[in-house]
Amino acid sequence: MRFIFKTDYGQDIKLAKHGGHVFWYSLLCAALVLAPWLVSEYLLAQLTFILIYGIVGVGLMLLAGFTGQFSIGHAAFFGVGAYTQAVLTGMGWPFPLALAAGAALSATVGVVVGLPALRVKGIYLGIATLSFGFIVEEVFARWESVTGGNAGKTVGQIKMFGWTADTGASFYFVCLVITVLATLAVVNLLRSHTGRAFVAIRDSEISAQSMGIHLAYYKTMSFAISAALAGIGGALYAHQIRFLSPDQFNIIQSIDLLLMVVIGGLGSIHGAFLGAIFLIGLPQAISAVKDFLPDAIGQAPGLKAVIYGAVLIAFVLFEPLGLYGRWLKIRTWFQLFPFYRKGLFKRQKSFQKSDRLK
Amino acid sequence: MSEVLLSAKNLSVRFGGVLAVNNVSFDVKPGEVFTLIGPNGAGKTTVFNLISRIYTPTTGSIDYLGVPLTEQPPHKIASLGIARTFQNIELFEHATVLHNLLIGRHTHASSGLFSEMFFTPKVRKAEIEAREKAEKVIDFLDLQHHRDSMVAGLPYGVRKVVEMARALCTEPKLLLLDEPSSGLNVEETDDMAFWIQDIKHELGITVLMVEHDMSLVSKVSDRVLAMNQGEVLAMGTPREVQSDPGVIEAYLGSVDDVSSLRRSA
Amino acid sequence: MQVFQLLISGISQGCIYGLIALGFVLIYKATETVSFAQGELMMLGAFGGLACMTFLGFPFWLAVISAIGAMAVFGVLLERVVIRPILGQPAFSIVMLTIGIGYVARGLITMIPNIGTETHTLPVPYKDMIWKLGGDANGIGALVINIEQVVVIASTAMLCVLLFAMFRYSKLGIAMQASSQNQLAAYYMGIPVKRLNGLVWGLAAAVAAIAGLLLAPITFVHANMGFIGLKAFPAAVVGGFGSLPGAIVGGLIIGIVESLSGFYLPDGFKDTAAYIVVLVMLMVKPNGLFGEKLRKKV
Repeated sequence: MRFIFKTDYGQDIKLAKHGGHVFWYSLLCAALVLAPWLVSEYLLAQLTFILIYGIVGVGLMLLAGFTGQFSIGHAAFFGVGAYTQAVLTGMGWPFPLALAAGAALSATVGVVVGLPALRVKGIYLGIATLSFGFIVEEVFARWESVTGGNAGKTVGQIKMFGWTADTGASFYFVCLVITVLATLAVVNLLRSHTGRAFVAIRDSEISAQSMGIHLAYYKTMSFAISAALAGIGGALYAHQIRFLSPDQFNIIQSIDLLLMVVIGGLGSIHGAFLGAIFLIGLPQAISAVKDFLPDAIGQAPGLKAVIYGAVLIAFVLFEPLGLYGRWLKIRTWFQLFPFYRKGLFKRQKSFQKSDRLK
Repeated sequence: MSEVLLSAKNLSVRFGGVLAVNNVSFDVKPGEVFTLIGPNGAGKTTVFNLISRIYTPTTGSIDYLGVPLTEQPPHKIASLGIARTFQNIELFEHATVLHNLLIGRHTHASSGLFSEMFFTPKVRKAEIEAREKAEKVIDFLDLQHHRDSMVAGLPYGVRKVVEMARALCTEPKLLLLDEPSSGLNVEETDDMAFWIQDIKHELGITVLMVEHDMSLVSKVSDRVLAMNQGEVLAMGTPREVQSDPGVIEAYLGSVDDVSSLRRSA
Repeated sequence: MQVFQLLISGISQGCIYGLIALGFVLIYKATETVSFAQGELMMLGAFGGLACMTFLGFPFWLAVISAIGAMAVFGVLLERVVIRPILGQPAFSIVMLTIGIGYVARGLITMIPNIGTETHTLPVPYKDMIWKLGGDANGIGALVINIEQVVVIASTAMLCVLLFAMFRYSKLGIAMQASSQNQLAAYYMGIPVKRLNGLVWGLAAAVAAIAGLLLAPITFVHANMGFIGLKAFPAAVVGGFGSLPGAIVGGLIIGIVESLSGFYLPDGFKDTAAYIVVLVMLMVKPNGLFGEKLRKKV
């Protein structure tokens, strides 16, 4: 087991805590950069989707996992970003400008959706965000002059300053750069006082206030950043699938996003990406396995829903720390071998106590 | 330097039909340790909650260095220089002790959102400064062992100390301690007494505390206010209040019990 | 006349929302967890009734009772197997779990060959019956009331009276409140908390089954019926989460607003009416009409 001997404050603040971190993350970066030459065109497209959903996941993780504000209508921000990108690039705006505008608009919508968060918490906030999700989806469907309504809207390729991202690889690199920048921005935020303020709000609002944290300001900021990231993801999504329709941003999509952060592991940035890998990978896995199952099961239309639901239930019951938690346990097992004890990660058995005051 | 740090005048608060605090007035002088005593339900923690603006008084006012507190929103209290601990411990459970203390430094952080996202050298410098200050508090309260432990797994006595450490990190002028020794054993209570005295003498912080342990009260307090059922019973030095017949009847017990609690002169 | 018609259909739809919301609130009052699976339980109840009537050939009343009974048992089992292990975890995890249960229920029904993907009619004795009130000899200008809607309203009213009596005059209501406020203390007081939770889930499932059986003649039985459950959340919030009469009242409000806006307002408002109402309520009175003030005491 690696014990880090800390000798100066800078070491504590650094992102890569020790040599091992540096090595493995460099390897990951190298692999990601070389991917277009290493994997097939199809897999590269899937990897691009993972990056896109990863960005959205990082945003939702910031809001739900780190600030404790649960947003059940997150697909709304995803959609705002996508449609803004579609409309602006359709009008001839260069990619970076349209992206910035989409992020800004999503952030504004995020602030509006976050307004109930200033007054209500928990399930009430969830219902409020759910309601916004439905309303925004309806707006997409009805505002036909802008969004093309239910008939859908086509989206062009990424164009900026004379260059077009017309191959899978060039689009992948654009996504990769944006993903890295977004992730670094959020990780930097989390290791400074704003990120700590978010965590404080999640764990105890009353004492956060007594530490001088302005609840309304930071909750709104969290919603805005989270929505902006979802908007950026949405913009890239628009360019990837080239055709938008309102039902791509419905409650099912919102729940998919939540599934992603929960299964990935609430409260860690790694979890967002692991969750994205899961979200994109599971349908592929199901398709691969389908042919080996008896027809009655393999070809049934409800199979995907059953597997999604079962995996979600399994994770909540058996691995509440998500994929990242399971990875930590496996890694610790190897590091401590043969001294790993089952009790290392044991949760305290807790009894439910009401926060309500009547 | 003003003669009075905090001044509560005719403070009352009503919750529905219950008058939790009724016409309470007191002054806290800079540099002193001022203790509120009284039976449970007397309104002591309610007074704290009024000062930290969790509740709003129905009538009366609280002035702090000339600033009327009742007009301030709750999150401004810390930047004015008032910090508090909570009776039932409100720590940030899923963060390390160090992070809890760093959150205490929040009012001293001034970097903007975008400079933090890029982690500019200025932000870096501010981070290191914050850690240095937090480390001083850790040294003061001997929390080195627990610096990187998750709060959720720590024993009760340590968590109480972490609460106090977090409050100290805000660099307050006035520290509100809500029952600092509840749940602590004899050694821990002795440590607490020394720390409160150190806070007063070394750090120059004024302490306003709620306490039930009479020996601790006698040892560290300069002045005591006794409350019962939301009203003031008596105010004065510990000796005066502990021999007040009204206080003895309501709270302390018979005259014979009290003599064993007198601070050795 | 038109308004009256709209009101009745709004009230009957509102009763359905109210019944599903009642299920949420029952579970929330007892265990302070929110269950997103109520809509799917309603769907299962409807399919259960269908199975009893068409496959097992039960007469109407027997089918209704069996379906409700079966769902109650299912609710108890669900609590035992899936919900009990996670009590004490943060509320959000439990919400995700119930969403997962909903997915599995919907998927399993869809997987049943031939039946899952089709829409079925529930052969209730009062199907397609209508009352005509007023109007002239030819029936023009009459108020046409669907018996199906009347049955919904009447059944909901009866159920409410029954539940009210049960909670007011039995130890169960107090035990439920105790267990929801402080589980450990409830244990110490001798309240069989686990059994209580199972009972509550069984009750909520039974109420969902009743809602499903009442709704089936109106919307037909199909695997996506459960999505109506999503509109029941605004109903519960409007009434005040934690208040049983509030759930019904909230449901009625949502149902009536939806019905009226479908007619008087432009397209698209009918579907979002429920959500707009709840957002307004959250801004104006965050705890709902009958809700309690949530504040942590420090």
